Amino acid sequence: MKTKLFAAAFLAAGLGMSGQVAAKDTLTLGIGLEPPHLDPTGGAAAAIDEVVYQNVFEGLTRIGPDGAVLPGLAKSWTVSDDGLTYSFKLRDGVRFHDGTAFDSADVLFSIGRAMAEDSTNAQKGLFEPIAKIEAPDAATVTITLKRPTGHFLFNLGWGDVVMVAPESADTNKTKPVGTGPFTFDRWSKGAEIRLKRNDAYWGAAAKLSKVSFKVMPDAASSAAALMSGDIDVFPNFGAPELLEQFRADPRFEVVVGTTEGETILSMNNTSKALSDIRVRRAIAHAIDRQAIIDGAMFGSGTPIGSHFAPHHPAYVDLTGMYPHDMAKAKALLAEAGYASGLKLRLTLPPPSYARRGGEVIAAQLAAVGIEAEIIPVEWAQWLKQVFKTTDYDLTIVSHTEPFDIGIYARDSYYFNYKSERFNQIYADLTEAVDPAKRKALIGEAQKVLAEDSVNGFLFELAQNGVWKKGIKGLWANRPIQANDVTAAYWE
Amino acid sequence: MLEFVVRRLTTLAATLAVAALIVFLVMEVLPGDPAEVMLGLNAQPDTLAALRAQMGLDRPAPERFVSWVLAFLSGDLGISYTYDVPVSELIGERMVVTLPLALMAILFSTLIALPSGVLSAMFRGRPADTIIMGIAQLGVAVPNFWFAILLILLFAVTLGWTSAGGFPGFEDGILPALGALLLPAIALALPQAAILARVTRSSVIDVLGEDYIRTARAKGLPGGTVLWRHAVRNALAAPLTIMGLQFSFLLAGTVIIENVFYLPGLGRLIFQAIAQRDLIVVKDIVVLLVAIVITVNFIVDILYAWADPRLRNGGGNV
Amino acid sequence: MSEVTAVGYIRHRAGFWRRAMRHPGFLIGGAISLLVLLMAALALVWTPYPVTVLNIAEKLSAASIAHPLGTDHFGRDILSMLMVGAGNSVAVGLVAVGLGIGVGGPLGLLAAMRPGLISEAVMRASDLAFAFPALLTAVMITAIYGPGTMNSVIAIGIFNIPVFARLTRGVSLSVWKMEYVTAARAVGVPPLQIALRYMLPNIASPLIVQATIQFALAILAEAGLSYLGLGTQPPQPSWGKMLHEAQTMLYFAPMLAILPGAAIAVTVLGLNLLGDGLRDLLDPKLRGTAKPPKT
Repeated sequence: MKTKLFAAAFLAAGLGMSGQVAAKDTLTLGIGLEPPHLDPTGGAAAAIDEVVYQNVFEGLTRIGPDGAVLPGLAKSWTVSDDGLTYSFKLRDGVRFHDGTAFDSADVLFSIGRAMAEDSTNAQKGLFEPIAKIEAPDAATVTITLKRPTGHFLFNLGWGDVVMVAPESADTNKTKPVGTGPFTFDRWSKGAEIRLKRNDAYWGAAAKLSKVSFKVMPDAASSAAALMSGDIDVFPNFGAPELLEQFRADPRFEVVVGTTEGETILSMNNTSKALSDIRVRRAIAHAIDRQAIIDGAMFGSGTPIGSHFAPHHPAYVDLTGMYPHDMAKAKALLAEAGYASGLKLRLTLPPPSYARRGGEVIAAQLAAVGIEAEIIPVEWAQWLKQVFKTTDYDLTIVSHTEPFDIGIYARDSYYFNYKSERFNQIYADLTEAVDPAKRKALIGEAQKVLAEDSVNGFLFELAQNGVWKKGIKGLWANRPIQANDVTAAYWE
Repeated sequence: MLEFVVRRLTTLAATLAVAALIVFLVMEVLPGDPAEVMLGLNAQPDTLAALRAQMGLDRPAPERFVSWVLAFLSGDLGISYTYDVPVSELIGERMVVTLPLALMAILFSTLIALPSGVLSAMFRGRPADTIIMGIAQLGVAVPNFWFAILLILLFAVTLGWTSAGGFPGFEDGILPALGALLLPAIALALPQAAILARVTRSSVIDVLGEDYIRTARAKGLPGGTVLWRHAVRNALAAPLTIMGLQFSFLLAGTVIIENVFYLPGLGRLIFQAIAQRDLIVVKDIVVLLVAIVITVNFIVDILYAWADPRLRNGGGNV
Repeated sequence: MSEVTAVGYIRHRAGFWRRAMRHPGFLIGGAISLLVLLMAALALVWTPYPVTVLNIAEKLSAASIAHPLGTDHFGRDILSMLMVGAGNSVAVGLVAVGLGIGVGGPLGLLAAMRPGLISEAVMRASDLAFAFPALLTAVMITAIYGPGTMNSVIAIGIFNIPVFARLTRGVSLSVWKMEYVTAARAVGVPPLQIALRYMLPNIASPLIVQATIQFALAILAEAGLSYLGLGTQPPQPSWGKMLHEAQTMLYFAPMLAILPGAAIAVTVLGLNLLGDGLRDLLDPKLRGTAKPPKT
């Protein structure tokens, strides 16, 4: 009994502490995954960008909240008529957090380092079109491309292309030194990463003095942390089932935005049964997207009919191509010789959209006679078995990179999809600069993927932000993997 | 006695060596390449090769085993693949969560179990005994992670007194940090307390039936003195052994409990490390935990000899 | 000589049921265990609703006549899932304990009958196994060989081997030294025959008691692994997994977390009561100390 009283007193004391309201110029964000390190040029993990992109590190261009390309460390640029030569004017007076000046030599170093043979940059493809990079003077950089690249300025805004200094590049993983409005403060592994305002910032100073990113992979405890006030904002809340709870709570607002995450039922196009387009189409007919969105995502997400984000201007709605039709699915399966049933493996990575979505899909496939054996795996195994050795039949994953339809043109990407028609369209697209022509090609590319029923196209992940009332200037959408807090302030 | 200690120490070292080998071999067959995990989905092959060489994954297994053991003995636990910091630093950071948690759990467990066990023995067969032992039966049966969820349901969801998880860290003061460990420690302590109470009860009952207690009573010593001075102290041997065993349960129990409350402790670290294929961290922690368990059992053996008068006098037939 | 043991064994069992009927713990424990067994058996042939068919339109509905315990987030009937979960738990307990007795028992007997190198090897190996935190090792094993019911049951069962090896060795040692066994050995009865005819009946009681307790522990361990996502996998329902899925829904559907946890707790409680009762009844004078019955 004594211990219980003691416990109650203890709990009450804890409550008193967290109840205090300070003059707010600090922000605590919850993030689902802890970054393995903090160097965005040395790893693909989205979690790295979600902490440091734009806050600590900046690139030549930056991506705005609406996905537009804005000037970053380059204040302006010109592009030659043939689309091959880009000339950037750099900003004056920019300094890294350690006091060293930023100039064209740093640009040469950063891009050269990323392109080098022994570079561990995860997006070397972004740099692949670069033929030559020169610095005529300290404030100018000229980049010459091998061929016109429609997305080059957007690509320069990726976290993998941020500017680093030769003096600090090697220690950026644990002590990131960039040019951004926040400097790195402290990292308690497994718990939180703290940033503080960079008072020597070249541009408008950030309004927040301190920003903390708390690592909260578990939905239940993130919800609790929001409720108890330990966290102010969860930009991308992982448990859609709890959103109703927050909508009903006057302290919070739920901000539903868009992400670049096409969630798909990936199929191994060379596995025995799935190499038959009739089987792939049967699966497309067997899938009930709305039931998946309702059952696994509690209504959160937008159905997609191809590998493309619905909020993109060039999006074509193809969700009607394979309506949910079990009879049709069974007929197609019978036609393909699987009237008596078909057994497939469904390999599921850890996120709940995959695990829950997988349960729903397995049940939907069972209804048309496809027995999907659920194999849950960790990311490491998924990368090896599914992504690398393509030893799988079906898997569910969200492709969160922006404008990534080009993966279907890659040789031996894990779908094992090969289409001359698609490759031609994509090749034309990369070289096209005329907006109308680009839009038409993008639409065609989407149609080809849907017609070939390469994968089961499920839904676009929504960005479900849970924000404490009064916070402004955060991004509702996620055009790129980032939690840009540079403009955030409390009302 | 010295010979006994030396022999036990030799066994201890041998057990550790075998354990290290087993853990290493088990880790070797783990599917998944840590370099790939670190670089993610769109990694290029040359990037992977570069990182693999950087991490020493291209060397043969026996060479890696030997260098790991040698480094481990000299206190160098290696560099974590995922965090790129020394593992010892990582373990140190997590220990400040797990160690207070385990200690609090042991403390709660002992505080609850010893008095109720003794009480139960004193009132053997009477209602107090029945109630205490009934609760203990229940305590053994309730899974600690479910109990944890019930605690969250009551204190965090319904009453809103405490947060349902997370750890504020010690920088913001010791009280909030310990407060965050309170529910987890209670959840961990309950099943252990139940077991401990039962062992204490039967041990005290056994001792109360011994000849020397009856003699003490016959000599006219007051009941309380007999109970506390003679019976309880002599009855401590069995609970002590159980506490030693419980230590390994507690350490393992933190894996689940730290997951329920999302505490950045050792248990969470190893769970994450397995998922992220951070092999060095997994190997180091398991071997460390095995070492702790063996050492604690070794200490308990010696304490046992101290607590049991028959063993201390070199007599007895156990 | 063998007549003497047989008489002792029978005398020991005599009046078992008469005494059992007066033992409340045994009766309650037995009743609960029986109920769980019946539920598990029934689930093999019938459940109110199929547990692999989702009915998302009816998700998270409250208790009603159609669904006495409500439905989960996929609209599955909770009662049906608990029933199938019972089957899962019973299967886990059986395999884990079976593995422990099947491998650990003979090893322990061997160690008792062949002192020296074999005995030493068995005991050192079990020391080693005891030094590994069991749950942690089970987590490791399932992480390596992939999560799933079979792998988690094996991971749990492995740790039952040293438990039963030690127990069997302990009780067999004293039986081995008893006069009638010494006599049987002296007249050249083959070791296997000694083990089966003379020793097994005398060590059966403590083994049964221990088996009941390990059965309960196995159910707890499997629930823990499934809670961590390493045990039973969908679409097969399990109590631990139900708990795991319920945790994010605590705020609006607390029953989803309360029911499966209560099922685990009640089952384990029943088995423990049964085990304690059996110990009282089979070994009334010597509770907890694994000595052979006096002959």
